[in-house]
Amino acid sequence: MTGVRDIAAVGPFARDRRTGRRVGAPYASELVWAVAFILPYAAVFAGFGLYPIAYGLWIGKDPALYAELFANAHFFEVALNTAIFAGFGANAMMVLALLLSGFFMQRRRWIKALLVLCLLPWALPAIPAYVSFHWMLLGEYGLLNSLARELFGLQWPVWFNERWTALAADIVAYMWKWLPFWILIFLAGRMAIPPDLYEAADIDGADGPRRFFHVTLPLLANLYLICTALCAIWIVGDFSAAKLVSVGSPGMSSEVLASLSVRYAFVSSRPGLGVAAALSTLLVLVPLVVLLMRRIEARRLQL
Amino acid sequence: MTRFARWRRPWRAAAAAGSAALGVGLLLWSLLPIYNMLLIALDPDEGETEFAGLIWPPEPSLNSFIGVLGQQYWYLEHFWRQLGNSFYVGLLTMVLTVLIASLASFSVGRLRLPWARWLTKAALLAYAVPASLVAIPFVWMVHRYGLSDSLWAVIGAEVMFALPFAVLVLEQYATIIPFELDEAARIDGASPLQVYRHVYVPLMAPALAAVGTFALLLAWGEYLYQYLLLSSTRHWTVAVAIEQFFDADEAPWNYMMALAIIYSLPPVAIFYAVRRYMAAGLTMGGVKG
Repeated sequence: MTGVRDIAAVGPFARDRRTGRRVGAPYASELVWAVAFILPYAAVFAGFGLYPIAYGLWIGKDPALYAELFANAHFFEVALNTAIFAGFGANAMMVLALLLSGFFMQRRRWIKALLVLCLLPWALPAIPAYVSFHWMLLGEYGLLNSLARELFGLQWPVWFNERWTALAADIVAYMWKWLPFWILIFLAGRMAIPPDLYEAADIDGADGPRRFFHVTLPLLANLYLICTALCAIWIVGDFSAAKLVSVGSPGMSSEVLASLSVRYAFVSSRPGLGVAAALSTLLVLVPLVVLLMRRIEARRLQL
Repeated sequence: MTRFARWRRPWRAAAAAGSAALGVGLLLWSLLPIYNMLLIALDPDEGETEFAGLIWPPEPSLNSFIGVLGQQYWYLEHFWRQLGNSFYVGLLTMVLTVLIASLASFSVGRLRLPWARWLTKAALLAYAVPASLVAIPFVWMVHRYGLSDSLWAVIGAEVMFALPFAVLVLEQYATIIPFELDEAARIDGASPLQVYRHVYVPLMAPALAAVGTFALLLAWGEYLYQYLLLSSTRHWTVAVAIEQFFDADEAPWNYMMALAIIYSLPPVAIFYAVRRYMAAGLTMGGVKG
């Protein structure tokens, strides 16, 4: 160890006067270490991420594929399903998660115990959850319809016989699985709000709804927007809900783009068409990602 | 509570009743599908998914669980091996994700790699690429390099998916560890590798635990890649084994549900064991954005 050189290396680090943080690029000796430390990440990212993506783009560059894709009316049906799933699902999920996080803020014992139980759907892997939803909603003798009939004498529809109810079943199952995660995110967000603000609002005579609309909502607005965009992005990429809950029934009319692309590629052996279907989601994904990046950027500047 | 002090009594009673009703509703909502799994798994008759209007099956039977554990049905003949495969994939994904992500976040956050910001942005972008878009070229790549039907191809895919979020969470967490500690170690003559081992990793332990658990649960629960990449039953994971029941018309559904329940137990147990770390570590990435 050459102690003197190391001290020299540590000593003159430039510091930002206001934050006290180190700024600027590292010295050459450190740069070697920095590159070595990042190398495994870069290798995985390049080998298992960029390379397949680049190859996917290369497969999907043929315009004829898109002509074939758009010529099929089924594609637009599926695109509409995906849009409804993401648009309705993400917004409903966020509204519910935001409101329920307020419910779980109450400092009562039974509510804390309830939260622990309500995390169960999140802890459960997706496959068992969706498989259970499939059987619960299947036919006239699934658990849900049977309960409605035995307890209330109601005759509910056969959910998977109709495109819209089948799609709704997928959305509900997806929300069941992921709602606890978003509730936790908003709980953390609410906990980060300084209590003084609520005390000040109390002194000004604000009641429940006003506290929500004038304190909580403005402070959580950015987080809410980020989460909505992220949730929509994840829904567009989700394959398992449509594949396992409704299984596309009736007649593949409740499919989404993710399951359609996998079906084209691996069942119909048309990888090009599958990639084209997957790439068509970029029309929605790119604006969402841009929104996400901008909001996160704004947040960074604010902090 | 002070905020209710000004409310009149009937309001308070109504609020309490509303809370209780909401609580019961949430409980039913969370538990109904799990109850449904138990009902089907405990049914003594194969393939019985009808609900007889009874809260509990008249003759609950553990036959299906015994059948799964004893590999008594031909769909289940490699159950223990497949469970082992699931653990193998999950644990290796966990170890590799923690190792690679902690090294990367150390490089970006502590050694101040110049293009650090670009890297974080690239990680964020990785969120936006649908798994199904990458799946098709990924499978092609795996076949081309002779890794088809290999668990390592699956591990590579899972690590790839766990990494961006892991790096993001670790970077956020690292901002609360003072730089002075690194500098003190450097003045004492420690190399960056020693700082990483003796300062960074011990202090980051809670975040590393959160990220590791996240990677393990992701690899355990993910199924698209396992379904596409693994073709022989001896290399299947439990996730793929559950899915195969769907392809059959006449499968014993009670066995499938028993398999699904057994498959859910490890992640649920792990989740509740490290729940505090998970919630703190994972939400931090979200809140601080």
